[in-house]
Amino acid sequence: MSEPERRVGAGRGGDGFWAGLALPGVVWLCVFFLLPFYVILCVALGSVDPIFQTPSPEWNPLEWNTSAFEFVLDGLFTSGAAFQTVFLRTLVYVTVATALSLLIAYPVAYYVARYGGRWKGLLLVGLIAPFFISYLMRMLAWINLLQDDGWVNDVLVWIGILDAPRNWLDGRASSVILGLVYGYVPFMILPLYAFLDRIDRSLLEAARDLGASPFQAFRMVTLPLSMPAILAGIVIIALPMFGDYYTPDLLSGAPQTSLIGNQINLYIRGGQQIPVGAALVVVLMLFLTVLMGYYLYATARAQRRLGG
Amino acid sequence: MTRLRRWLANPWGRPRFLVLFTALYLVWSIVPILIAIRFSFNEGRSRSTAQGWSLRWYSGDPDLSVFHDPDLRLALFQSLRLAAIAVLVTVPLGVALAIGLTRWRGRGAGTARGISLATLVTPEIVMGTALLLVFIHLLTFIQLGIVAQAIGHITFSLVFVVIIVRGRLLAIGPEYEEAARDLGASRIQALRLALLPMLVPAIVASGIIVFAISMDDFVISNFLSSGTATDTVPVRIYATGRTAPTPALNALATVTLVITIVIALVGFLLWRGVRAARGQTGSTVGEFAALDAEAVR
Repeated sequence: MSEPERRVGAGRGGDGFWAGLALPGVVWLCVFFLLPFYVILCVALGSVDPIFQTPSPEWNPLEWNTSAFEFVLDGLFTSGAAFQTVFLRTLVYVTVATALSLLIAYPVAYYVARYGGRWKGLLLVGLIAPFFISYLMRMLAWINLLQDDGWVNDVLVWIGILDAPRNWLDGRASSVILGLVYGYVPFMILPLYAFLDRIDRSLLEAARDLGASPFQAFRMVTLPLSMPAILAGIVIIALPMFGDYYTPDLLSGAPQTSLIGNQINLYIRGGQQIPVGAALVVVLMLFLTVLMGYYLYATARAQRRLGG
Repeated sequence: MTRLRRWLANPWGRPRFLVLFTALYLVWSIVPILIAIRFSFNEGRSRSTAQGWSLRWYSGDPDLSVFHDPDLRLALFQSLRLAAIAVLVTVPLGVALAIGLTRWRGRGAGTARGISLATLVTPEIVMGTALLLVFIHLLTFIQLGIVAQAIGHITFSLVFVVIIVRGRLLAIGPEYEEAARDLGASRIQALRLALLPMLVPAIVASGIIVFAISMDDFVISNFLSSGTATDTVPVRIYATGRTAPTPALNALATVTLVITIVIALVGFLLWRGVRAARGQTGSTVGEFAALDAEAVR
């Protein structure tokens, strides 16, 4: 620790000291992040105790038993099977909710970054506020509003869109997607804002000087430049949405809006077939890894194309 | 009419459309929360219609109010206790990890950085399942409940400290430590006397973020809870959100919200204070938002 030798260079050398400083954190991540992944695999590829119906993990990879995976993959690739229906539904909900979020997030982030002016501070407070309000409280707010006698029905009936109050919480895709968009859109706005705020305005002025209309300048300069931020925003909100089970549980609770996260929650915490739940988690992880890989590839390509 | 045509031809030029859109967004984002808070002051039992004003669901009702219903009160304490543990453990662990990973040039550094970033993109349900299974099957001496939940919160919030502190470290550069070393300081002294004081604003900011995400967390707390006694506020809202018979749940959410915002605000003022004392200037809210954005990226 207190080495007598002077200045091996703070940047060069002294690696042992810096590695030692990082060690507790690295050990923590190995024990509580990497190791648990191995345990998921061992549970998914293990067996179920025939008497107590409790899973017994198989620690030795040579003895792994793939029956839980076969069950999951069978369900995923048989058309009309429950797993496939749920998986496709998840894909549709996440895609629609992400697209809607982008349609909301981009204009808001763009406005605050470019035209915020002296209101910027206040606008930013409004954009940050949801970060300090628990996601579940924000869902609770919508449960209140969407009740039979809630204010959403009151307003819709008063305007005349609905003849009679409607039950919005009995398994409607629209309610779940509204919840997802409401819940996740702040996480997209902030990184978009941070990126758009940093775009060099002289690039836009150059485009205008060369005869571009403001819309053309937006389409040909700002939009391509913000592509990496758009992709990042999509990934930031799509990844947690793929694992969401609480939004459908709270805003619908019906099987016809059940997502992949609900299935995992059911199998893992419901008790009976924990290896199936673990296998579902592994399959979801693999699918998301492909998504992540595409994201990394696309950002790298976008940066190359822009010469950045 | 010409104005409308001009606007249609070029909606981005004069941002009237954008002003309206942003205003509508902010209203949509904030008003439902205000309405939920309003119902918490209902005199009646409804959570969806306004029924007078009272503090009945905060303290008035002898059985069902936040103050008197042990389940609600315990959930609030559990949330606060977990957030406090998370901040106290994650911040030192993360600061050391960030400094170590930034200055360490060895082959392991890149891998270790990759692992810490992987926690950021791992959906919580995956991490929750992984930790649940590890505590049930392998590290069986760790029981479900507050210890397991705290380990989960520390694991997923570590990366936020690393990102924020590392950003600041890269901005500072190694010169100050080198100067301190030239003047005869040991490595530890250089770290403690030259580097750490400059990192204080980043450390305070990461503390606020860890507190906020720990208070917000639901999935990990839910998966690693051992029963009603270790439920946090979000878990309580999940468990009874659809069935709760009274606005006491709204009152609980409101109390939690106020405590979170007050603590975050105190942290923000502290951050602004230490930042000003270090001679940094500029838009504080803007920079804080950038930090937040950095953290969610």
